[in-house]
Amino acid sequence: MKPGPFYQRDREWHPPALTPDYKTSVARSTQYSLISLETTVSEITGPVFGHNDIDPLDKDLIQNYAKPGESAIGERIILHGRVLDENARPIPNTLVEIWQANAGGRYRHRKDTYLAPIDPNFGGCGRTLTDENGYYYFRTVKPGAYPWRNWVNSWRPAHVHMSIFGTAFAQRLITQCYFEGDPLIPKCPIVNTIPDPEAIQQLIARLDMNATIPLDTIAYKFDIVLRGRRSTLFENRMEGN
Amino acid sequence: MRQQLNYLKETPSQTAGPYVHIGLAPGAAGFEIYRQELGWDIAGPNARGERIRVEGRVIDGMDSPIKDVLLEAWQANADGIYAHPEHQGEVEEGFRGWGRVITDFETGDWGFDTVKPGPVKTPDGKVAAPHISLWIVARGINVGLQTRLYFEDEHQANAADPVLNLIEWERRRQTLIARKETRDGQTVYRFDIKLQGQDETVFFDI
Repeated sequence: MKPGPFYQRDREWHPPALTPDYKTSVARSTQYSLISLETTVSEITGPVFGHNDIDPLDKDLIQNYAKPGESAIGERIILHGRVLDENARPIPNTLVEIWQANAGGRYRHRKDTYLAPIDPNFGGCGRTLTDENGYYYFRTVKPGAYPWRNWVNSWRPAHVHMSIFGTAFAQRLITQCYFEGDPLIPKCPIVNTIPDPEAIQQLIARLDMNATIPLDTIAYKFDIVLRGRRSTLFENRMEGN
Repeated sequence: MRQQLNYLKETPSQTAGPYVHIGLAPGAAGFEIYRQELGWDIAGPNARGERIRVEGRVIDGMDSPIKDVLLEAWQANADGIYAHPEHQGEVEEGFRGWGRVITDFETGDWGFDTVKPGPVKTPDGKVAAPHISLWIVARGINVGLQTRLYFEDEHQANAADPVLNLIEWERRRQTLIARKETRDGQTVYRFDIKLQGQDETVFFDI
């Protein structure tokens, strides 16, 4: 069955370009309207990745940058869930990449000068492919909150950045996953670029006691939804929508 | 009875932030972790067609180049075929057509080497002029921006391109045309992307 065009992106569910409380957006937001375009072959296609592209250890942030016999410091977590489309169909074999601060709230980046120490055994990035049911998991440490220059006293809630491909360039998405119960979430100017409180709830991973490993690792569940697409109704296949 | 429409909602976008390189190009963040980073070689060694270089900057509303931006490029090969199962046709071994591009942290300049894509036949029988799709993320950009690069020396194809022709303001179409230069015998296309102002680049809601 040949699928049809993608559902239109709900721009009111996403943050608008200009969100002055998140100050960097002021000079970096577009001012003219986006030109609306039905998806063409350039957008319904996208890069395809395979197991040759990545290493099985890439999804284990506790080990993937650690020296032999050592491991990253912090609260050990499993971050897992499924990548689905808006029709609730799983998206298999798609690339999910994450990056985050260490347990002290410091990134391993040449531009990050926050006073928390760098963890010598933590790189802060991981990547994996979803399985045939759209399922993914990472093992990592819970990132720390950290201050940043927006208001004088702005703090980012603990978060993991996530980049997801899907099957088409039209589905390309970067977002951030927050953690249930964090009191900094409602205060964050970046979280609050999203106008709908229900949409914000979609970015909060839930504590998942079923997926924990007793006496070892706690778990959070975070499902990701990419754009769905119609199947085209054909006259010679009336059942097909 | 009320009809339930049990569709899920797309996960909302959030900015990639200033440290997007850690996740998508760790070498640029200052450390090596993966056996290989993805997106360094767009066309691969076997691609047919003209080898080109594309260079540019992303410029903000203060006329300053953005120095922490990440771009992704997506293109067809010289025969106009995408390396994807939904686009019927063979591509050369090693041709992915996708790349990741990082700006220089000091100057904001970016550039990549690839082959010039061919015209793409669309399922409805039209022909799209040669183009490279670009996706742009950075701190301060809340939803990744989608745009297209077309080539100055494809005048006839550009004039007939269905997407360029959708842009009502002909002057704005020019923001999608990369300028051709020749440097040391190599073809270089210059493509600056402007986020604001009168010459703001056309971005698409696709």
